[in-house]
Amino acid sequence: MAQAVTYRELGGPAVRFWGLLALLGVLLALGALAYFTMEHNGHIVTGMDNQIVWGMPHVFAVFLIVAASGALNVASTASVFGKTAYKPIAPLSALLAVSLLVGGLAILVLDLGRSDRLIVAMTHFNFKSIFALNIFLYTGFMGIVAVYLWFMLERRMNRYARIAGMTAFLWRLALTTGTGSIFGFLLAREAYDSALLAPMFIVLSFAYGTSIFIAVLLAACRWDGRPVADELLRRLKNLLGVFVAGSLYFVTVFHLTKLYQARWEGVERFILVDGGVHTFLFWVGQIGLGGVLPLVLLFHPRLSASRRVILAACALIVLGGFAQMYVTIIGGEAYPQVLFPGMQESSSFFDGAVHPYAPSVPEVLLGLGGVALALAIVAVALRAIALLPERLDRVSGESGA
Amino acid sequence: MSAEENKGIDRRGFLAISAAALGGVALAPGIRLIEIAGARAPDQAVTNTVRWGLLIDTNKCASGCTDCVAACASENGLHATGHPRTDAQWIRKVELKDLRSGRAHSVPVMCQHCEHPPCVDVCPTGASFKRADGIVLVDRHTCIGCRYCILACPYKARSFVHEEHTDQNPDVPRGKGCVEGCTLCVHRVDRDQQPACVEACTKADHNAMTFGDLNDPKSEIAKRVAQFPTTRIRADLRLGTGVHYQGI
Amino acid sequence: MSPKGLLRTAAWLALVLPATLLAADRTPKPSIVIDKPGQCVDDVETMRRAHPDMLKHQRDQTMHKGIRTKRFSLNGCVECHASAKTGSVLGEQGFCQSCHAYAGVTLDCFECHASRPKLASGVRP
Repeated sequence: MAQAVTYRELGGPAVRFWGLLALLGVLLALGALAYFTMEHNGHIVTGMDNQIVWGMPHVFAVFLIVAASGALNVASTASVFGKTAYKPIAPLSALLAVSLLVGGLAILVLDLGRSDRLIVAMTHFNFKSIFALNIFLYTGFMGIVAVYLWFMLERRMNRYARIAGMTAFLWRLALTTGTGSIFGFLLAREAYDSALLAPMFIVLSFAYGTSIFIAVLLAACRWDGRPVADELLRRLKNLLGVFVAGSLYFVTVFHLTKLYQARWEGVERFILVDGGVHTFLFWVGQIGLGGVLPLVLLFHPRLSASRRVILAACALIVLGGFAQMYVTIIGGEAYPQVLFPGMQESSSFFDGAVHPYAPSVPEVLLGLGGVALALAIVAVALRAIALLPERLDRVSGESGA
Repeated sequence: MSAEENKGIDRRGFLAISAAALGGVALAPGIRLIEIAGARAPDQAVTNTVRWGLLIDTNKCASGCTDCVAACASENGLHATGHPRTDAQWIRKVELKDLRSGRAHSVPVMCQHCEHPPCVDVCPTGASFKRADGIVLVDRHTCIGCRYCILACPYKARSFVHEEHTDQNPDVPRGKGCVEGCTLCVHRVDRDQQPACVEACTKADHNAMTFGDLNDPKSEIAKRVAQFPTTRIRADLRLGTGVHYQGI
Repeated sequence: MSPKGLLRTAAWLALVLPATLLAADRTPKPSIVIDKPGQCVDDVETMRRAHPDMLKHQRDQTMHKGIRTKRFSLNGCVECHASAKTGSVLGEQGFCQSCHAYAGVTLDCFECHASRPKLASGVRP
């Protein structure tokens, strides 16, 4: 090894840290309040109904879960693909992966109609259900990444870090495949029912996870005044740009395929042309702000050198991610199911009509509570455990240690 | 006495008795099956000898008629709470209009009790299950209220209970936080009665709905399905629904 | 232990013990009023001890296998044990709820199941 990397807990004035925790604590408390309201009164207090059964909590939760698997990407690049420049920041990557997953799962579990039945969910399994398989994939991921993190930090176990990293990488591919397949396996919704959703979610996870990672890395180093090499950032932002381009590719192929066949004309017209908020979020949110604009910012020769621009691109990608989840989950539910093709349907159960949806306060608070939980875990872990190097301004070469 | 007279059963006799015994053993299950396909005793488990089904002749369905819907609501304790978007609906009349010819049509749609139910496939806890006799149910003891089955059902058959209920029909338990749908009035079927919707339709003399055992060639429904052309909603999905329709 | 420590422990016990003794009467004892005398599914001791397992096992038999004998019927329990006054097994003096409140065990059944028996005429309660 050319230079030993010294890891140190996050410093800074205690007041500032407790202030951050207090802020996150407020969000956590509001999320808890939202949960108790929903649990006590039933889902009638939310904007979800029998037509839109998955709403804002699921937009937040699925986004966090997808981003979690992508956040491990930097560590995988170091351990599995041998890019030693990323090795010092691999522990942070692993921490972020676990904390984002915990945040997402917390929202999912607390939104259940019978959240008191978690024990039932842990003891009764229908293994044909991708949901049940995901339970194992998610909990297994947390265990494997915890072991991976231990191997990275414990000097005596360093030589096993590669195999742990490989296992974690393969597991995370399975996990995101499982998450995409939640929608991809369903024949009942015109906007889903596609094998492409699984690999699409994998590429999306790369983009979302890496952008959150860069933002958290810069924020943590800024907190403590730790220098970060421009070269490291340049490599990270290029990686991110490639993932964003990949995401746009998958979305394009997905819609082109559906556009080619007459039977999907209705749902494609809904998403791409006259779906109101869904069309807006797709073009302006997912494609524009979440895809094209970040690509320009990340690959512009002059602009992309600025840290502020990179951070802006990360924020845009995250916003685009939320837009994509909204269009996928809620847009997919809003388009009516076709029971009688070629016929105009109407009924007292809202057949044949586009289903309206408005996010409600309890749902959004629950979602924000999950985000706060993830960030709180990161903050406490960085403060308590030496997970971040003291300085990141000396980037070792790829061929070196 | 000679040795031959003392043999008792000779070879031919032995073969004859064995053949009779074997035949009896082979026939006996068949006799038992017929016994089960008739009235089932309350302490006997359901078997797949029976396959419950519905046949709906939509040519006899009047556009404004909601007798089946009202009967279902009354039987199962489904009350309107003033929030139609969150109220449970187990059966509804779908009004159809052909986009080209303009011809209007009315079809009652409920849980189709598929042979290969997508809702059963996706349920993480196995709460959504298919009974041996073909009725698809939600075991509310195990349902965690994730609503994934509602996403997965192509017929929009299921509802989620958004509010607390205290006035349930004792035969039809239902509560906040669980998913539910048409049970084919399983509590009535198990008592050898007809589903409430079928009974109401017959009582009002519309006679659009027939309920029975699709596996029993002597049943009314099996005879009709064998005689008339019938189809299923979204037959292309090949889910093997237990609900057949005429006239769609 | 030092004399100071002993004194502290004794003071703590002197304050805490009476509180626990006095607390015994705060939770109302369950009211076990059998309005309809007759034969239960099994004897009292078995029912007290085994009714959670009976209900849990039997519900699967009913749901999955359609077995609906009297022994397996929660409705049967409710019909007998519903209070003559309130008509329900819930409420402060309810047969099920008063015992469960005393024992501190969650009573989940009546989130879904009717706590009142079906009226004899077959009309919904």
